[in-house]
Amino acid sequence: MADVKTTPMTMIQALRSAMDVMLERDDNVVVYGEDVGYFGGVFRCTEGLQQKYGKSRVFDAPISESGIVGTAVGMGAYGLRPVVEIQFADYVYPATDQIVSEVARLRYRSAGEFIAPLTIRMPCGGGIYGGQTHSQSPEAYFTHVCGLRTVMPSNPYDAKGLLIASIECDDPVIFLEPKRLYNGPFDGHHDRPVTPWSKHPLGEVPDGYYTVPLDSAAVYRPGSELTVITYGTMVYVAEAAAQESGIDAEIIDLRSLWPLDLATIVNSVKKTGRCAVVHEATRTSGFGAELIALVQEHCFYHLEAPIERVTGWDTPYPHAQEWAYFPGPTRVAEGFKRALEK
Amino acid sequence: MSQHAPLRLHVPEPTGRPGQHTDFSYLHLSPAGAVRRPPIDTQPVETSDLAFALIRVLDDDGNAVGPWVPELTPEQLRFGLRAMLKTRIFDARMLIAQRQKKLSFYMQCLGEEAIAVAHALALEPGDMNFPTYRQQGLLMAREVPLVELMCQLFSNQRDPMKGRQLPVLYSFRKYGFFSISGNLATQMPQAVGWGMASAIKGDTKIASGWIGDGSTAEADFHTALTFAHVYRAPVIINVVNNQWAISTFEAIAGGEGTTFAARGIGAGIASLRVDGNDFLAVHAASRWAADRARNNLGPTLIEWVTYRAGAHSTSDDPTKYRPADDWQHFPLGDPVARLKQHLIARGEWSEDRHAAAQKELEAEIAAAQKEAESYGSLADGHVHSAASMFEDVYKDMPAHLLRQRQELGV
Repeated sequence: MADVKTTPMTMIQALRSAMDVMLERDDNVVVYGEDVGYFGGVFRCTEGLQQKYGKSRVFDAPISESGIVGTAVGMGAYGLRPVVEIQFADYVYPATDQIVSEVARLRYRSAGEFIAPLTIRMPCGGGIYGGQTHSQSPEAYFTHVCGLRTVMPSNPYDAKGLLIASIECDDPVIFLEPKRLYNGPFDGHHDRPVTPWSKHPLGEVPDGYYTVPLDSAAVYRPGSELTVITYGTMVYVAEAAAQESGIDAEIIDLRSLWPLDLATIVNSVKKTGRCAVVHEATRTSGFGAELIALVQEHCFYHLEAPIERVTGWDTPYPHAQEWAYFPGPTRVAEGFKRALEK
Repeated sequence: MSQHAPLRLHVPEPTGRPGQHTDFSYLHLSPAGAVRRPPIDTQPVETSDLAFALIRVLDDDGNAVGPWVPELTPEQLRFGLRAMLKTRIFDARMLIAQRQKKLSFYMQCLGEEAIAVAHALALEPGDMNFPTYRQQGLLMAREVPLVELMCQLFSNQRDPMKGRQLPVLYSFRKYGFFSISGNLATQMPQAVGWGMASAIKGDTKIASGWIGDGSTAEADFHTALTFAHVYRAPVIINVVNNQWAISTFEAIAGGEGTTFAARGIGAGIASLRVDGNDFLAVHAASRWAADRARNNLGPTLIEWVTYRAGAHSTSDDPTKYRPADDWQHFPLGDPVARLKQHLIARGEWSEDRHAAAQKELEAEIAAAQKEAESYGSLADGHVHSAASMFEDVYKDMPAHLLRQRQELGV
C-alpha cells in the first residue's frame, strides 16, 4: 500500500471521488437526484460528474423522493446500480413506502429473482442551523427495517471506501452523510473554527479504487476506562469529551450501523466493563436503545455500571436553540463521568 | 348572518346499490369503430379527445369495424381466446380449491381476461410487466406452466417464492412478469424506472406498468406519470378501471365527471380510453402504445374500461355493496363471449370447437392441479422449511440472522 497515491480531500470530495471511480468502472452505475446533474448537488457532491459521464448517467430528478427511489427500484430490477441522492435525510419520508416495502424486501419476496442494489445517499444531522427540516438523524427508522444496510461514515477515507462498497453491494444501502463533517471533524465546539480535513490523517484519501467493508466498526480511539459506542459527528464530540474530562475512553465508530460489528463492541466492553452510547438523534426508540440491549445481552456479567446514553432530546430539532439540543462535549463528558461513578 | 347558503360536502355514490339496477350511462360509451386512430408520432396533447372517448372495435354483432382493427390472424385470435378461457377456468378451479382450504387466499380476474391476454400478445419477449394481482392473463398468454403457478398458490415445497408471498403475488422474470408487491401503486414508478434503464442502456425493450382505478389515487401513480413524461420513458401505463376497488366505487377514486385516461393528458402523456372487454381493441391500443414506446416517442397511458365481475378476493362479498346481477347489465359484456362471437361470425370458430376447447382446458388444469397437490400445500404442511425464512433477507446471511435461526432451533 506504500505506493498508493493519496490526496487530501474533504468528505464531499471523497464522496465525489467514490462516485467517479464507480461510474468509471461500471457502466451500470447511474447517479441522480434533486439538483445533482448540471449543478452538482446542493452540497456539491456530484459536481462535474454529469459533464464527465453524460446526462444519461448523471441527471437531475423531479422533486419527488418516492419517484427517485421508486424508479431506482425498476432500474435495479433491470440490472443497473443506481446511486440516488435524497437532498436532506429530512426529505426521505415520502420515499418510505418504496424503501420499507419495496427496496428492502424485493429480494426476499421474489426469492432472489429480483434485487434492488440501490445506494440511497442522504446528508443527515444538525449543527448548521437547519431547523427541524434540515437536521434530523433518521437512522433508527432504517435500522429497524429488515433487508436494509444502514451506513454512516465519519471521515473522508471511510466515506469513499464505504460508498464504493455500498455501490458494489447487492443489498440496498442507506448511506447517511453527517453534513456537519463534510468540511472538517466538527467536535461540537460551535464557537471555534473547525479543523479542516486537510489537517486530519483521515482526510488523506487514496485516489483510485478501494473499499471499507460494510460490516466492520473502527476503534477510533483506544482506551481502557470506558467503551463509547457512537458514529458520525459524535465520534469527534466523544473524542473532545474524553480529552476534556481526562477519561481514557475507547471510542468505537460503528461506521456500519446495521448489520453491525458486534464483536468489536463486545470485546471492548468486556475489556473496560463500562459503556456509554452517544448519538445525535432523539433518544426514545433511537438506535442507542438497540445498542444498549445488545451490550446488555452479550456483556451483562462484565458490566460494572449501568450503560449511559447521551443523545439529542426528544424534541424536534430546534433552530434558535440548536446548541441546547445538540449533545455537545460537556453533556457527553457528563455522561462519561456518570458511567464511571456508579 | 351570511348571505351565502351553507357549504355541502360532496361524497360520490355509485348509480346502483344492492337491490337496484346500476345506471351505466356514466360510462359514456362511443360506438364501435367511431374513434379515430392517430399516427403513433402524434403529440400527447392531440390525444385529448381520445382520453374522453372509448376506443372499440367489435360491434354488437361481433364485427370488427373502424380504424383500430388490428392485424391479427385467425390463429392468433384463437390463441387469445384459448388463453382467456384458460385464465377463466384456472380461476374457477382455484376458487374452489380455496373454498376447500387447499390454498389460503385467491383473487380471480373474471370479466377482465381480455386486457392482460391481448396486451401480452402485443408485447415482445424481453419486455417487462409490473403487474397487479389481477393480470394472471399475462402469464396464461405467455404459457407459463400451470403447475408452477399452482405451486405458488399452494405455498408448497415447490413454490418458487418459497412460501413468502400470499397466493397470486407471483414473480416470473423469464416471462416478463415483475414480482407483485401486494402494496398498491408502488410498481408504477418502478415500471417507469425499468423503462428508463432500458433507454439508458440503449436497449430496445419496453416496460408495461399496471394499476387499478382505485389506487390511481396514490401519490406513486402521479409520481410515475411525472417521471415517465420527464424522461420520455418507454413505458405503457395501464389503468384497469374495473369500477370497483373492494367496495370503493371508481368515483371515490376520482373518476366522477372525468376519466382516468384524462390524468395522462395533464401530465403530457398520450392517453387512450379503451373498451377493455374488446380483445381486438385491447390488442390494437396496446400495440399502438408499444410502438410509440419502442420508437422513442415516449409513454402512453391507457385506461381499460371493464368490470370486476367477481369478488375483490376470496375475503370479499360484493353483494353487500353493489347489485348482485350488475355484471349481466354491464354494457361492454363478457370479453370471452365477444371474441367467440367474432370468430364464429368469421367462420373461424364454432360452438362445438368452443365446447371441445373448454373440455380440453378443464382436463389440462385438473391434471396440473393433481400434480401440484402432490407436492403439498399450506394445509398439509408440506411447505418450505422454517429455516428458509431467514434466507434472502440479505444476499448473505448476516450474523444476527444466523443467531436468530439458531434461537428458533432450525
